[in-house]
Amino acid sequence: MRDENGKVEFLQGNEACAEGAIAAGCRFFAGYPITPSTEIAERMSARLPEVGGVYVQMEDEIASLAAVIGASWAGVKAMTATSGPGFSLMQEHMGYAVMTETPCVVVNIQRGGPSTGQPTKASQGDVMQARWGSHGDYEVVALSPYDVQEMFDLTVECFNWAETLRVPAVLLADEVVGHMRERVVLREDVETVDRELPPEGEEVERPFPLEPDDLVPPMPVFGRGHRVHVTGLTHDERGYPCTDDPEVHRKLVRRLCNKVRKRAGEIHESVGYDFIERDSDIALVAYGGCARTVLEAAEEAGVTVFRPKVIHPFDEGLVRRLLDGYEVLVVEMNLGQYYEMVKMALDPDCVHLLGYPGGYPPTPERVVEEVERLGG
Amino acid sequence: MDVEDVLRMDRWPHILCPGCGNGTILNVLARELAERFENGDLDPDKTVLVSGIGCSSRLPGYFRLDSLHTTHGRPLAFATGLKTANPDLEVIVITGDGDAAAIGGNHLIHAARRNLDVTVICANNYIYGMTGGQVSPTTPEGDVSTTTPYGNPEPPFDLCELVMGAGAPHVERWTTAHPVQLKAAIGRALDREGFSFIDVLSQCPTNYGRRNGFRDAREMVEWLRENTSTRDEEGKIRIGILRDEEREPFHARIRKVLEKAGGDGD
Repeated sequence: MRDENGKVEFLQGNEACAEGAIAAGCRFFAGYPITPSTEIAERMSARLPEVGGVYVQMEDEIASLAAVIGASWAGVKAMTATSGPGFSLMQEHMGYAVMTETPCVVVNIQRGGPSTGQPTKASQGDVMQARWGSHGDYEVVALSPYDVQEMFDLTVECFNWAETLRVPAVLLADEVVGHMRERVVLREDVETVDRELPPEGEEVERPFPLEPDDLVPPMPVFGRGHRVHVTGLTHDERGYPCTDDPEVHRKLVRRLCNKVRKRAGEIHESVGYDFIERDSDIALVAYGGCARTVLEAAEEAGVTVFRPKVIHPFDEGLVRRLLDGYEVLVVEMNLGQYYEMVKMALDPDCVHLLGYPGGYPPTPERVVEEVERLGG
Repeated sequence: MDVEDVLRMDRWPHILCPGCGNGTILNVLARELAERFENGDLDPDKTVLVSGIGCSSRLPGYFRLDSLHTTHGRPLAFATGLKTANPDLEVIVITGDGDAAAIGGNHLIHAARRNLDVTVICANNYIYGMTGGQVSPTTPEGDVSTTTPYGNPEPPFDLCELVMGAGAPHVERWTTAHPVQLKAAIGRALDREGFSFIDVLSQCPTNYGRRNGFRDAREMVEWLRENTSTRDEEGKIRIGILRDEEREPFHARIRKVLEKAGGDGD
């Protein structure tokens, strides 16, 4: 079946994610099997060879993200997919990708943690890990899909923002959206972004400028004559290790953070969000799989609801603009991670939490009950 | 082409200690590459160096080539992505005993098993030099390091046996006392398609030698010359070509998968 935008299929969220990656131009996948993300690797192993891409099953998740970063420096759009324990192992190379400004996409189909936790159950416990799971100061892009269509669409967005900003972008999904099956349009009209390249055959004198005009320098590709040195050590403009000059480190780390932070508003506007305004004193906030019941509860209780798709970078201005003056109830499948960021943007006394770990989103009735307790 | 032409001379002086064996490795690798670039056997624009963390892993940064200085133990995992995403690249991995055999041991055996087409040069100096001389997986039993003050209670790894066991088709062992042979070995490794592993027994006078009865680097190099042999000799470490076979490299087998799936573009 087709509609005006492309092929219509009935797919699992994980399968739609793989299709989104291929539509975005992904031609390399390295991964390691882990519940509940494995279907992404399975689909990629079948689909990539059809379109001239490479699939490699690595020896672990550390190696998986390493291979992805290597492929990205070979000039190929690359992705891996995992879940909690694997995402923990990948943190070493999240930091390396940030420091070397390597575009890549990491899909995390969140399951219950800590540790091996609940392999087959949903969670949103990795919200803070996605931002700061590796050591040092940094910023990444993390997007949260709430249905199968968004598993496709936001995977494309992850690639586009990874390429635009030269950062690792995280598709911060969960077992609910990863394993559900829905109608999805495999859009053929997707807009894709490719990293800016320096002219082929030219040595790049300053591959990592400390103060470039637009904060994101063009990315050299190995094998095109740029002759660049790339290191995870603090480096100067030439890319050479420079580990004891405080000013070089400050400038580098500020730029790595600012190139993401300064685009927060733009990322939210371009990726989008749901804001359904109702005549109420209470506003609900939810994202990802959890938002599915919360949107229904908001309608039932007749209250305003905000569903961000962009989790990181957080846009304080947007949250203030939309939610200032409300009694805000954040509902998430953890003990309050996005909640902490909302509290920092608003009067903390007006921000409340329904933290709901355990494997399933709260039922609409449970959410309505909480709204009523707040006086809504 | 001069040796200086393949090096980033603006980075001199390098960070290595006086007498460090990595100097010899840098020297012979630079000479072999310069010759190959000169006679057209190798394209400098397609030649890539990848390394992990440690003293030897700093060498790629001194070459005027594309170079990826990665995380501790993982250069072969990064090289897997680089080489399979673009098989036209000539990938050389520089690593050490701690990098390759301890934290990176799993990546080492799997890269050998896959027959990833890379040249691995392992500077094996029996010690963690960068961090000040701690015991490594190749430190001989009984030797003193800063973390084995009473002598090393562990037996060492034979890295050549390890990678041969994992399927590596081309494996050689040389020492820093054999620079001419080492240079030829690097040349053979570059000529071979598939996983080539060169174990280079090397000296760390600063953090290994002085704690184990060696007065200077010269004495250590002498020891390496006297205690190694290209024949099986009692009490000597076997060096030379330990295996030289042909096996289909990983990227060629990936190509066959693409042909089966119809994505090879033909």
